[in-house]
Amino acid sequence: MATAAGRLDRTWEAPNILTRVFATVDHKELGLRYIGTAFVFFLVAGAGSLVIRTQLAVPENDFVSPEHYNQIFTMHGTVMIFLFATPLLVGGFGNYLVPLMLGTRDMAFPRLNAFSYWVYAFSGIFLFASFLTGNAPDGGWFAYVPMTGPKYSPGDNLDFWALGMIFLGVSTTAGAVNFITTIFKLRAPGMSINRMPLFCWAILVTSFAIIFALPPLTLGASMLEMDRQWGTHFFDPDNGGNPLLWQHLFWVFGHPEVYIMFLPAVGVISTVIPTFARTRVVGYLLLVLASVSIGFISFGVWVHHMFATGLPLISLSFFSAAGMAIVIPSGVQFFAWIATVWKGNPLWRTSFLFALAFIVDFMIGGFTGVMVSAVPFDWQVTDSYFIVAHFHYVLVGGVVFPIFAGLYYWLPKMTGRLLDEKLGILNFSLIFIGFNLTFFPMHIMGMLGMPRRVYTYQSGLGLESLNMISTVGAFILGLGVLVFVWNAVQSILFTGEEAGENPWNASSLEWATTSPPQPYNFRDIPVVRSRDPLWDGPDARRPDWDPGLSQPHGGRRESLGTTVLDAKTEELLTMPKASFLPVTLALAMLGLFLGILVDSMIVIGIAAGVGLAAMALWMWPTEDEQEEALA
Amino acid sequence: MLRRWAAVVALAAPAALLGGCSRGMLDAHGPDAGRIATLWWLMFGIACFVFIAVLAFLAYALFHHRRGPAHFDQHPLSAMVFVLTSGAAIPLVLLIVVFGWTIVVMAETNTGLGDPLTIDVTGHDWWWEVHYPDGQFTTANEIHVPVGREVELKLTSDDVIHSFWVPQLSGKMDLIPGQTHSLYLEADDAGTYRGQCAEYCGIEHAHMAFYVIADEPAQFQQWVSAQQQPAFQPTDPQLLAGQQILLGSACVYCHAVRGTNASGTVGPDLTHLASRDWIGAGTLENNAENLSNWVRNPQDAKPGNAMPPTQLDDDSMKALVAYLQSLR
Repeated sequence: MATAAGRLDRTWEAPNILTRVFATVDHKELGLRYIGTAFVFFLVAGAGSLVIRTQLAVPENDFVSPEHYNQIFTMHGTVMIFLFATPLLVGGFGNYLVPLMLGTRDMAFPRLNAFSYWVYAFSGIFLFASFLTGNAPDGGWFAYVPMTGPKYSPGDNLDFWALGMIFLGVSTTAGAVNFITTIFKLRAPGMSINRMPLFCWAILVTSFAIIFALPPLTLGASMLEMDRQWGTHFFDPDNGGNPLLWQHLFWVFGHPEVYIMFLPAVGVISTVIPTFARTRVVGYLLLVLASVSIGFISFGVWVHHMFATGLPLISLSFFSAAGMAIVIPSGVQFFAWIATVWKGNPLWRTSFLFALAFIVDFMIGGFTGVMVSAVPFDWQVTDSYFIVAHFHYVLVGGVVFPIFAGLYYWLPKMTGRLLDEKLGILNFSLIFIGFNLTFFPMHIMGMLGMPRRVYTYQSGLGLESLNMISTVGAFILGLGVLVFVWNAVQSILFTGEEAGENPWNASSLEWATTSPPQPYNFRDIPVVRSRDPLWDGPDARRPDWDPGLSQPHGGRRESLGTTVLDAKTEELLTMPKASFLPVTLALAMLGLFLGILVDSMIVIGIAAGVGLAAMALWMWPTEDEQEEALA
Repeated sequence: MLRRWAAVVALAAPAALLGGCSRGMLDAHGPDAGRIATLWWLMFGIACFVFIAVLAFLAYALFHHRRGPAHFDQHPLSAMVFVLTSGAAIPLVLLIVVFGWTIVVMAETNTGLGDPLTIDVTGHDWWWEVHYPDGQFTTANEIHVPVGREVELKLTSDDVIHSFWVPQLSGKMDLIPGQTHSLYLEADDAGTYRGQCAEYCGIEHAHMAFYVIADEPAQFQQWVSAQQQPAFQPTDPQLLAGQQILLGSACVYCHAVRGTNASGTVGPDLTHLASRDWIGAGTLENNAENLSNWVRNPQDAKPGNAMPPTQLDDDSMKALVAYLQSLR
């Protein structure tokens, strides 16, 4: 056995440090990098929000200039949505956990996965490079034309934004394709689709949503960039263009994007709650159907961002109804979780507290969501601080709280160490109190007439004390995040208890291997016979195993391919080894976008040449494939 | 029980605050704002009820789990029925109520009933041009309307997208370049209602306020007649000097003073500047000190706006400000 494990190690481990850093294709390594990178972006964008709140603490403040304020709030939104929430949940949790939960050894396309990470990291650097030039994007996260067109934004600011969006979209789309293939084809034998963990369902629905939602954004951003650099007039009303076209394209992407962040977060909650309630989830089928139907409905709601643009009332009422309809699947999810808690016997841990806080605060965001679907009410509050309050309840209550629940839940698996529970409760309390103190008053500010995105406000409008409360809350929230960082560093590096394989007695397969897992995840491939394989295995708390792949054949990285619905074993897959091509291709793309930004044909030419060469090498058949072709 | 009361207090406090505060959308002085406020209170009531009910149920589920329904495991169907009843059926009923009310309010809101007073409002970076087609005069940033009469605002923009919002009178409507959309509103009571641009429109979005001033009909007619007059022509030497400074400088390329050869249209019309309460689109009160500071360096109070600084010695500045203040 020792020799078998040794041979598996040699097959799956990176041979040296250089390979490990730049050429790894291990989904766990990449997942951790996604989480780390995204968390750094979170801290930076969070620091930006503290600058915003300091500026707004008192009326007519001049803590920052209007130019800087506008850049900071634009980057706060852009970074939180595109570089933090989506990559952390889908790229980070998704990458790390999906193959483990499915009982397989890697993603379906490991090199593509590495490519996704590098493109994500480089596009983040590309966006942040704008600060070095002093021209960070300043058009708001939805960059409405014509303000963002060449006439009213002549600087480079919006070029960084539009090109960054196109660049990042490559990463997100490639990731989504990879998840769909992995989830359909690489599940452990016996894990029929109706036994798949709810988190994987969430990632599956999210991936489909990404594939359909991203093209309108890429198209819109490309048209914007053409308007800006090459003199087209797609959005220019002086020359027959239409500014509302941008809004449609952006929100056809932008509304599903909210659910692209929210659905994986719901997947986390559906995983955490049964574990800490110590019972099987109630209404598995309903939870799956809820996710799928939210995925569909999310594509029929985009106009509810455009109620005040003078569109015909009859179409507004359709989008109003579609917006409200999302309550039904959300309500089903809520009561499935409550029924699970009711049936179970709760284990009070920080992760569970964050899940409960999610229920409370996301519910408030849901109520205000219904309110803004009511068209006439939306005419009052849209583009006001009421909306700022609403979407922070949805995105912090509904997405960031689940992210913290997930971090407390899975970091022990990823690092082998439990986080400290005392610091955890302090962390939780500060974040929960700080968050509500920051954002609840914003509902009232909006109803009193304070528009969003103002760098200051007049005194005497009844806004002073509300804004001061909000600023104090923001600093408490910030302190809570620092306590988390402290807890993570201290527990993981120094004092954390050993986690062991399955510290929470959870039921899914990621807990059936060491913490952290070996590079090959499982020595033997698990065989699944129920939805909760670790609770139903013959040897209590262990699944069944198929030992067929415990010995690597001819030094190949092997995994099993199974059928889409029933997960019957279908083929033996040979997975690729570490490769420098993904990082090379991603670098070439970075060069390409920089070339477009500075309008240099030489840079574009070199980058395109390197990229094409990397793609050609990537596609070059391996020895195995050549033999197969000859035979 | 204690928990429930705590929730009631927590929800009632902000509600009381909202109801008590002036200037907000709930302090309605027009029929549209009134209807929307009623819709809010309906939705707020339902939300409070559901919030308390769900939290109470969650608390019960957390702390009374031992009496919980173990039979959910044996009878998955009963779990389905429970989840679908409380998570789908009850919300559906509530949603139908909310949606029905929404449609009713929507049908009555922002609809022209006939014979409105028309006013053209054009958004600029970062001020509001206000034109009265019947009276054939133009002003800026302060919109006078007669109490009790329907007003049709024809909204468009000269540059980027702005949004017109007076919370006490009605909801928003965007000002979109190349398009004109109507916003119908009516003021029930005489008074001054503050509004502000609600769509982010660039560096000075924060300083793009305006006022709707609802006058009694007779007073409104007076105001219209006064606005229709050309600008006051001074005879006093200081005012004449001030007028010469204005007409002899770059001011005339951007600003109009009807009856003189200042006819620029880039900035606000100054014909009756002194009849307005604010300068800089609601940024500063209209008084001598603010006027001279504004003319000396408009970038102080409103950095990024299109007006350049003007170098004038003290006497000239006094004369110019005196002239501006004579433009009633």
